[in-house]
Amino acid sequence: MADLGSTANLADKGAAAAPAQGGGGGGDKAEEKTRNFNYPLVKICDMMEELRAEAVDMVVTAVEKHPGNYEAAAKTIKELMDKRCGSSWHAIVGEGYGFEITHELRNLLYMYFGGNLGILVWKQS
Amino acid sequence: MKSVRRPKVVPEPTLGNRTLSTHSLRSNPGDENGGPGGGGGDDWLPPKVLLKPPGQLTLTEQELEEEFTRILNANNPHAPQNIARYSHKEQVFKASPNMDHLIVHYEFDGYLIYKNTEDTTPAPISTNAEGEPTEGGEAPTEPAAASEAGAGGEGTPPKPESAPSGEGAADVVVEEGRKPKGPLRNQFNFSERASQTVNNPYRERWTNTEPPPQRILSDTVNQWAIFDAYMEDQQQKEKAVKEKAKAPPANTKLQRDDAHSTLPIDRDAHSDDVYYKNPELRKALTIMERMANQNTYDEVAQDYKYWEDAADELGDRKSGTLLPLWRFTHDKDKRKMVTSLGWNPHFPDLFAVGYGSYDFSKQGAGMIACFTLKNSSFPEVLYSTEAGVMCLEFHPQHPSMIAVGLYNGTVLVFDIRKKIDTPVFRSSSKAGKHTDPVWQVAWQKDDLDDNPNFFSISSDGRVTQWTLTKTELMYTDVLKLRYDMDPNLASQHGPESKKLFGLAGGCCFDFNKKTEPLFVVGTEEGRIHKCSKEYNSLYLLSFEGHQMSVYTVRYNSFLPNVFLSASADWTVKLWDHDNPKAIMTFDLGSSVGDVAWAPYSSTVFAAVTADGKVFVFDLNENKYDPVCEQPVVRKARLTHVSFNPFEPILLVGDDRGNVISMKLSPNLRKKGGKGGDEDEEPHFSLITGRLKQTRIFDVGSKKGEDDAGDGDVSDTAITLRSSNNALARFDASSPAAQYLAERRTFRGLERKEGETEVQKAEEGRSGVARGYSGEDGKDLQTA
Repeated sequence: MADLGSTANLADKGAAAAPAQGGGGGGDKAEEKTRNFNYPLVKICDMMEELRAEAVDMVVTAVEKHPGNYEAAAKTIKELMDKRCGSSWHAIVGEGYGFEITHELRNLLYMYFGGNLGILVWKQS
Repeated sequence: MKSVRRPKVVPEPTLGNRTLSTHSLRSNPGDENGGPGGGGGDDWLPPKVLLKPPGQLTLTEQELEEEFTRILNANNPHAPQNIARYSHKEQVFKASPNMDHLIVHYEFDGYLIYKNTEDTTPAPISTNAEGEPTEGGEAPTEPAAASEAGAGGEGTPPKPESAPSGEGAADVVVEEGRKPKGPLRNQFNFSERASQTVNNPYRERWTNTEPPPQRILSDTVNQWAIFDAYMEDQQQKEKAVKEKAKAPPANTKLQRDDAHSTLPIDRDAHSDDVYYKNPELRKALTIMERMANQNTYDEVAQDYKYWEDAADELGDRKSGTLLPLWRFTHDKDKRKMVTSLGWNPHFPDLFAVGYGSYDFSKQGAGMIACFTLKNSSFPEVLYSTEAGVMCLEFHPQHPSMIAVGLYNGTVLVFDIRKKIDTPVFRSSSKAGKHTDPVWQVAWQKDDLDDNPNFFSISSDGRVTQWTLTKTELMYTDVLKLRYDMDPNLASQHGPESKKLFGLAGGCCFDFNKKTEPLFVVGTEEGRIHKCSKEYNSLYLLSFEGHQMSVYTVRYNSFLPNVFLSASADWTVKLWDHDNPKAIMTFDLGSSVGDVAWAPYSSTVFAAVTADGKVFVFDLNENKYDPVCEQPVVRKARLTHVSFNPFEPILLVGDDRGNVISMKLSPNLRKKGGKGGDEDEEPHFSLITGRLKQTRIFDVGSKKGEDDAGDGDVSDTAITLRSSNNALARFDASSPAAQYLAERRTFRGLERKEGETEVQKAEEGRSGVARGYSGEDGKDLQTA
């Protein structure tokens, strides 16, 4: 299980590091494309279709509401999901992290957003 | 006890003193001033200095002189006045007005006891406890006894000898001044009892629920992984766009491929759904389906059973209405016409519908669906036939057998008991198959070998009898409708006519209800012929009147000579089969698809027309106009009509595959058949509770004409007399009358003057009843 606080911190650090990397290494084409990457890309999800759509919406709103503040975004996502479908949700928002989590089936969303964010939302009590 | 200690001294008094302090301060100086003057001897004392509190008001003389009257009363000014307590009785908070105004300023408990008070009595107990059994041995018991006696109030005074001794003992104790050891005991006789209830044993139970299924997921998020994922997604999208752009030309091919590929899948899926083939499950499913339908159409079912058009009761209204109930359709037969309707003679809720087409250019496969009123959504039994169904009929004695005639001339017999999709009998082209559509089939009585048999008529001009043997369907041509058989025609055209015309196309026929071999045949060119099974070379009589093809002929089930015919020439005609001219003609303004006599009355019949109307005639009420003319469907032609043989339900079918069931209002189901004079006789309406002019409770058709003349009816008949001396009679045939006759009797007061002997009045029993004994008890025992 990944710890929410620590990963958020990690994410912050990553956020600080990321612009430097992008500015240095990315080519012009890649940059153009990253601009177009401003949509949610669901990587792994085993939720029900309705919940999935809702969860993706929540993530998008939360991240857009707190630009650059991943901790706040993660907190918002967690609170929204807790309110929507019961307690013990966890959320990670960050640009670089590794995780190994145990999640309840049908309660996992792993998606990318905005071209540089990995967002992991899952339920485990 | 009286001497209750109040350890807490109420703080209020001090407060009260403090408020009065100004007063005392003011008055005290006066005393002080007067004191030295009067005493004089206190001069040596140091002069008194008045100590004033720093914040004291300085008042002028005048203000000081001012008097404030205060009234002292026994009320405690600091007692709270607004205490509200919760009343459990009324379950609301209530202000409690009565406060305790008692303030105890000082209290002191002494140790001395008055001699004559009750408190002295327990003293000996303590002495006894110390161990002086000889002196006060009886003392403790005696006062107790005395107090008991006092409480009991029996009036027996305590013994004088022992009482003094008790008092004496008390005296001694007080005088000696011995302190009673220990606390004072309760003077009342008391006992302590303790018991313990059984504690419920504790039990622990626990169970573990299965934890929700879990899975472990691990991954690493980094920028390049995200970038790659987005790139891949982008590429896929581009691909999809390209494919779409390519798609339209290749569309047809794809679709074909799809069609080919989906078909086998569908079949597989179909074979997977074997659950409905399981007979036990199927039964349960049927019940569930019926229940679901019953819930959905609960109102309709209620109407089916209980709806009576209240308007029919009003005034002299003779007309009635039809209430549409369920509508029966089946998806597969939506394109087809209802070509035949048949009620099952045994089950009042079961009927069969034949689907086909009357349109020559739109022929196709046909279908037979057996619906029940209990399930309007799906037929109970469904057969498909290779050609359109034109007619069908249930066997009157074997209600599972259906004879069916098809457009291609085939006749079939289905047995709905057998769970097979194929007919049990089928006419083959080898063995007498009709060459033209079979327009009507009719079951006849089983023949001498007890083989069921039926007749069919086709536009190829043949009337054929089919006999169901064990193995095959035997046929006999009963009649060929030749034109020259008609005596009139033959005379008109001479012998050439035989060559000129072939066979006339038969459209319909109906057998006489009483004289079995007699039947009438309606033909395509409008003539109706009376024929007999016995003579197949000659018409007994020909009826001319219809200008277009005759769709239906129907014999009346009560009057054996009368039949109706419905024709495409917009008319329904009433005939006597001995009279070549029609008795009556009813013009309905549109092509008449079908006509049917009501099973309950000899004068009621219904007809349906191509403009979607249902006509119900009651010749007893109105010979010229229908008692009901009601449009039932829009933009559809009604093709057939059928009365339920048991219930007041009418079934009509239209050319769009719909079958509508309708309930006949009370005016449409009057049982006729009585003499005209009884029309005036009022009857008692159970609905309005008044006498009514029209008849519903009539004698059944068997009794009717015989008994009506005599006027003497069986013993169970009830006669009601209205104010104008008109009579309403309930006969035994009416269930309401039976009920009234059995349950409601009133014979008036009996007059028995002089019949009973005069006796002296006896005094009956008196007292309080305590139980049962005597005659009743004996009776019960013997019984």
